[in-house]
Amino acid sequence: MSLKLRIWRQADARDKGSMVTYQLQNVSPDMSFLEMLDVLNERLTLDGEDPVAFDHDCREGICGMCSLVINGVPHGPEKATTTCQLHMRHFTDGETIDIEPWRAAAFPVVKDLVVDRRAFDKIIQAGGYISAPTGSAPDAHATPVPKADADLAFEAATCIGCGACVAACPNGSGMLFTAAKITHLGLLPQGQPERDTRVIDMINAHDEAGFGGCTNTGECTSVCPKGIPLETIARLNKDYRQALRASS
Amino acid sequence: MTMTDYYTLGDPVADTKAPDGPIETRWERRRFGAKLVNPANKRKLTVIVVGTGLAGGSAAATLGELGYQVKSYCYQDSPRRAHSIAAQGGINAAKNYRNDGDSVHRLFYDTVKGGDFRSRESNVHRLAQISVQIIDQCVAQGVPFAREYGGLLDTRSFGGAQVSRTFYARGQTGQQLLLGAYQALERQIAAGTVQMHDRHEMLELIIVDGRARGIVVRDLVTGEISTEFADAVVLASGGYGNVFFLSTNAKGCNVTASWRAHRKGALFANPCYTQIHPTCIPVSGDHQSKLTLMSESLRNDGRVWVPKAKGDTRVPADIPEDERDYYLERIYPAFGNLVPRDIASRAAKNVCDEGRGVGPGGLGVYLDFAAAIGRLGRDAVEAKYGNLFEMYQRITGEDPYSTPMRIYPAVHYTMGGLWVDYDLQSTIPGLFVIGEANFSDHGANRLGASALMQGLADGYFVLPNTIGDYLAAGPFPKLDGENAEVAEARKLVEDRIEKLLSINGDRTVDSFHRELGRIMWEYCGMERTDAGLRKAISEIRELKAEFWQRAKVPGDGEGLNQSLERAGRVADFFELAELMCIDALHREESCGGHFRAESQTEEGEAQRDDDTFSYVAAWEFGGDTPVLHKEDLTFEYVHPSQRSYK
Repeated sequence: MSLKLRIWRQADARDKGSMVTYQLQNVSPDMSFLEMLDVLNERLTLDGEDPVAFDHDCREGICGMCSLVINGVPHGPEKATTTCQLHMRHFTDGETIDIEPWRAAAFPVVKDLVVDRRAFDKIIQAGGYISAPTGSAPDAHATPVPKADADLAFEAATCIGCGACVAACPNGSGMLFTAAKITHLGLLPQGQPERDTRVIDMINAHDEAGFGGCTNTGECTSVCPKGIPLETIARLNKDYRQALRASS
Repeated sequence: MTMTDYYTLGDPVADTKAPDGPIETRWERRRFGAKLVNPANKRKLTVIVVGTGLAGGSAAATLGELGYQVKSYCYQDSPRRAHSIAAQGGINAAKNYRNDGDSVHRLFYDTVKGGDFRSRESNVHRLAQISVQIIDQCVAQGVPFAREYGGLLDTRSFGGAQVSRTFYARGQTGQQLLLGAYQALERQIAAGTVQMHDRHEMLELIIVDGRARGIVVRDLVTGEISTEFADAVVLASGGYGNVFFLSTNAKGCNVTASWRAHRKGALFANPCYTQIHPTCIPVSGDHQSKLTLMSESLRNDGRVWVPKAKGDTRVPADIPEDERDYYLERIYPAFGNLVPRDIASRAAKNVCDEGRGVGPGGLGVYLDFAAAIGRLGRDAVEAKYGNLFEMYQRITGEDPYSTPMRIYPAVHYTMGGLWVDYDLQSTIPGLFVIGEANFSDHGANRLGASALMQGLADGYFVLPNTIGDYLAAGPFPKLDGENAEVAEARKLVEDRIEKLLSINGDRTVDSFHRELGRIMWEYCGMERTDAGLRKAISEIRELKAEFWQRAKVPGDGEGLNQSLERAGRVADFFELAELMCIDALHREESCGGHFRAESQTEEGEAQRDDDTFSYVAAWEFGGDTPVLHKEDLTFEYVHPSQRSYK
């Protein structure tokens, strides 16, 4: 198939940036979206133009590095699918495809389609862990965990930290990401001692990093490649209120 | 050319750090014998850790907890993205929670045997001992392992093991373990003991007065080259499967950190030992950029077959039962579809070489679930494998419930790596190597669910105990850019970048990488021959020369330049590829993942030659003619036997 690509080009963080149009022929429906960009970049390189910079690594939907807004939707049209797992058979011959970076105050553009997501690491640093220095652990069977809690904790823990939730949110909020970690650790007995400080510290770090507030729009969960549910944010709110009460 | 044209023989090497005596007490005695660092002195000592996967992430976090000053580096935008995250299956541990006869000794025995008697007994025994602590540690961190209804941990049997010792978190065990290590690491970053440098790539090792004292790194965003100093350097930079271009590794995985250390004197051990995983999604066309693994667990219920006739292009549903060859069940009636990875892979290659492969290019075999669906019902199959079936459908556009999956082997893991002693120290004092980047524990073949175990054993428990013995002699003299050895390392990096940017040829870096991968897959993949390896070496040398004449690397070194990053990595892969082929050429036996066609039994199975090759091949860098140092392997506890799966 042949495609018209309109791609965000921005030389560096200071550059203003603009959409640039490219024509691409002979795209195979079996290509992944990123392989289609590889083909474009091979051509640009041989033509002496600057190839398009984009983040990617595992290309199997788990590392969370790929991050493209495709036709206005983070990770493109397929549900529960990262950009690297999206294939060209979902597009049609002659189609125009817009490709943009994540756009959010907390994720400044580095170059072209590459953004800086270190604000997520800052949220984890504030308390997204259980303090268990190496060597200090009791036997793994010392504390049984009800299967239902373990399964729910696992569901929340599958978050890949890609940031699609932030890119989709009209407020640029990182609440689904934060709530996923609060839910994962808060459901486990090992996570209880730090439960209150964790939620307060992580929310403070979230706000300081420049993310917006949550207004329950739900765009986050609809684009989440791992299907992290909106209820995790309700759980975060409950934990947050409890923690504030306990601390006052 | 004779063998001596390819390499020369040097002095033997020995692992001088492993204590002798009863194997059960060696690790304890080594820890007791190692010097300790006074807690007040730890904060005066700096350690660099390159890589943030299971090994590097857990090591950096643990060293930070101990009070050392740690500087951690990764090329990704966050330490959480290292490729350990993609491991699916699980992690082995000799907990014997099932009461099914497992023990430290049995895990030790299985790992030595599975490695086809090409690993060190002392190391493997320590790994089996530590395995039980890893599970405790991860549970304490909140890793959400699968649990039974009683709330206790679930386990499964994996990769043909006869005991159920594999702990798992659905098909995302690597992700959950890595996030545990990442969170511990972030806690130390917040505490100020670890300084994190993401989007930085190590391009050179700094050696001063014979000790590893730092690294030269490039900030991938600004392009700035800087020299970073420490009292010791730890490489946790992963494996080198991407030398094949197509592999299950992440696109960024590379050998550069290890190779730069090798060029500076660290021996590289057993480079030809690569693991080829039998169940990956086949290549769909020339655009293919990487391969995706389908969990090995699929072979528990899927039946592998190809048409009996060559060139049969009918759709699978039109091929009647008696015209199908269920070749694994036919050749290996005892193990059937569950034969080990190397055997399943080679059998797939053989039927495809006979012209009976299926799908594009004839490079695929069917993995058929029709019988399982008939026996168990579609719902039961969906409950077990639903997420894998979905992934397959997403990538191929085919529905595996109604038509058989197509699979083909792909490069998955590299057992070889930098040579280390029992303390995980390389032949360069102060340079330690952990995780997949070292060679130490898996011999010629790694068992399923053992990579995660080794990465975390090295990072959480081994290195933090052994590195103190070295650091007790520090802190070492302060360094700055004026030092001649530092300036020279920096200049090497700058000159190389300039050289890559100045070629300005007419071929892309990726096109060279693809061609290198094709040569390696053809001649140094599942089956190796003397003639093929010689051909590969000469083709690689020609292609390498062409690379330095014709590669086109656009842009400059001043900012984010992904083409430049790839060019540097591919240049190192060329040199590694040569060494891999020389290693494979010299090892005229079959063992584990290394199958030499000349060394097989009458039934076509791998034939080891313990009299000649029971050693680790540790290579010293020597340009076109590397120097071979042999470390003899002795087996006191597990007696070498030939594997049989008939």
